[in-house]
Amino acid sequence: MAMIRNQRRHRLVALTLILPFVAVFALVFAYPLVEVVRLSFTNATLIGGGEWIGLQNYRELLADKLFYTSLKNNGYFMLLTVIPTTVIALCIALMVQRLSGRMQALALALFFLPYILPVSVVTQIWAWMLDFQFGILQPLFERIVGKPIPVFKNPYWVMPSVAVVTIWWTNGFNVLLFLAGLRNIPSDLYEASALDGATRWQQFTRVTWPLLWPVVALVLTLQLILQLKIFDQIYLLSEGGPFNSSSVLLLMVYREAFQQNNGGYASAISLVVFLLIVAVSVLQYQLLRIRGRR
Amino acid sequence: MRRLENVALTGLTLTAGAIWIFPLYWAFTTSIRTENRVVSDEAGLIPDELNLGAYYDAIFNSNLTNWYINSIGTSLIITAVVLATGMMCAYALSQMTFPGRKLLYGVVLGSFMVPAQVLVVPQFILMNDLGLINTWGGIILPQLVVPVVIIVYKQFFDAVPKEMKEAVVLDGGGDYTLLFRVYLPLNWGITTALGIITFISAWNAFLWPFLVITTEDMMTIPVGLTQVNDAFGVAYARLMSVALLGAAPVVIAYLIFQRRVTEAVMISSGVKG
Repeated sequence: MAMIRNQRRHRLVALTLILPFVAVFALVFAYPLVEVVRLSFTNATLIGGGEWIGLQNYRELLADKLFYTSLKNNGYFMLLTVIPTTVIALCIALMVQRLSGRMQALALALFFLPYILPVSVVTQIWAWMLDFQFGILQPLFERIVGKPIPVFKNPYWVMPSVAVVTIWWTNGFNVLLFLAGLRNIPSDLYEASALDGATRWQQFTRVTWPLLWPVVALVLTLQLILQLKIFDQIYLLSEGGPFNSSSVLLLMVYREAFQQNNGGYASAISLVVFLLIVAVSVLQYQLLRIRGRR
Repeated sequence: MRRLENVALTGLTLTAGAIWIFPLYWAFTTSIRTENRVVSDEAGLIPDELNLGAYYDAIFNSNLTNWYINSIGTSLIITAVVLATGMMCAYALSQMTFPGRKLLYGVVLGSFMVPAQVLVVPQFILMNDLGLINTWGGIILPQLVVPVVIIVYKQFFDAVPKEMKEAVVLDGGGDYTLLFRVYLPLNWGITTALGIITFISAWNAFLWPFLVITTEDMMTIPVGLTQVNDAFGVAYARLMSVALLGAAPVVIAYLIFQRRVTEAVMISSGVKG
């Protein structure tokens, strides 16, 4: 009897401990998740309501030219950021890792600091750096292409420029992950290989790279997901322009829902973004598993 | 020879770091100049005047103070609630048995795959129904779900030796005593680390506060910053001073807690346990 009462008490305590999180989770996460699916089959506005219209939103989406432009831009942006930032971060981490004590902390701080800035601070600073008239980087453009370029108003330059800003902003996070990965490699492996007469390059290809691969896979897939979710920088720097040349899926969600009042259609686009991210997450899982089996 | 190489490497790395951080340096240099000098040909790379007029304008002729209050208030509340609910839930998951435990843990892990951006439309409708548009509550509520806090806490609670638990249980202590007298005090380090990164990401949140707030006096710093272009027109010194003032709290927090921040980032991304 006492045992049963104890068990009931135990469960009650457990319930009070999980309840606050579960309640918030259900209200602002689980319920909206169900709702976004339901809304995508309706013609709801931004204050809800709407009627069930079946697959109408999805049919419209598949016929929407802007959808394909945005999808293509999302892909282009990932191409411009994911692998470059991974390579740059790895190089920086390899350099920083060989410094000692204070110098290492200082170098790391220099590379990491941009990561903790609010996005609008980052975009304000870079809009000024690249300002058409007075930007300090414009002489560089004059040297290379012969004239100053309003980069965020130029259909060819806008995506690469946003990519540069994004890499500058988020790269520190990847540097940190690589540093942690490098520190996890036992140093006696380097000593042993040095005794065997291995060169630096051989040490990198035979010791560092294979042991660092899990972190490389982690960084690559985290970046894929992060860059797929691009919205803030594009909205703040170019608003998707010029002529939708930097429109991306989440920008479409924003415009449809919050400017055109098409909550249902925006939900359908959201769901496409969600499915893409699930696909990448599955890929991440597989990548990490392959490594585990080796 | 080896020594020389090290000095060269240190020099090279720090130079690269200095170039990397240059945009921030340039923003600062711009912010302490007069607007006329900023756009003149003589504006060199080295700060040559100390003019705080732009900062004066930023503080007294914009809504910056309001944005500060909104940012500090909402970020602090988010941090406190996320930590409290997270540690309680993690303790139950780690140390207690109850029906649905596995399911709950699975849901927490699975929610990683759902990006917050995907939920903005139904969340906005919900906040509208609750009458929370343009309020702190509206900013705060959707930011309270941070599953990684639970995962990290659970990891650390799992690692607490069982003997410590038994001693308290023998003395007649219940689960609340265990959580608040044993498991939490043993993990202050991770609590501060998680607290700092939760605060920084709440402070930096852009998309959601941008959607849920429509009047200037209710905006947070990152959202408010987008308004100063309109307020000041083309005035680079003032733009940069507002941007730097907006970034100052997180930059200072980072510089003070540098170790903890990097540790927290490593732990929460799973490369270091």
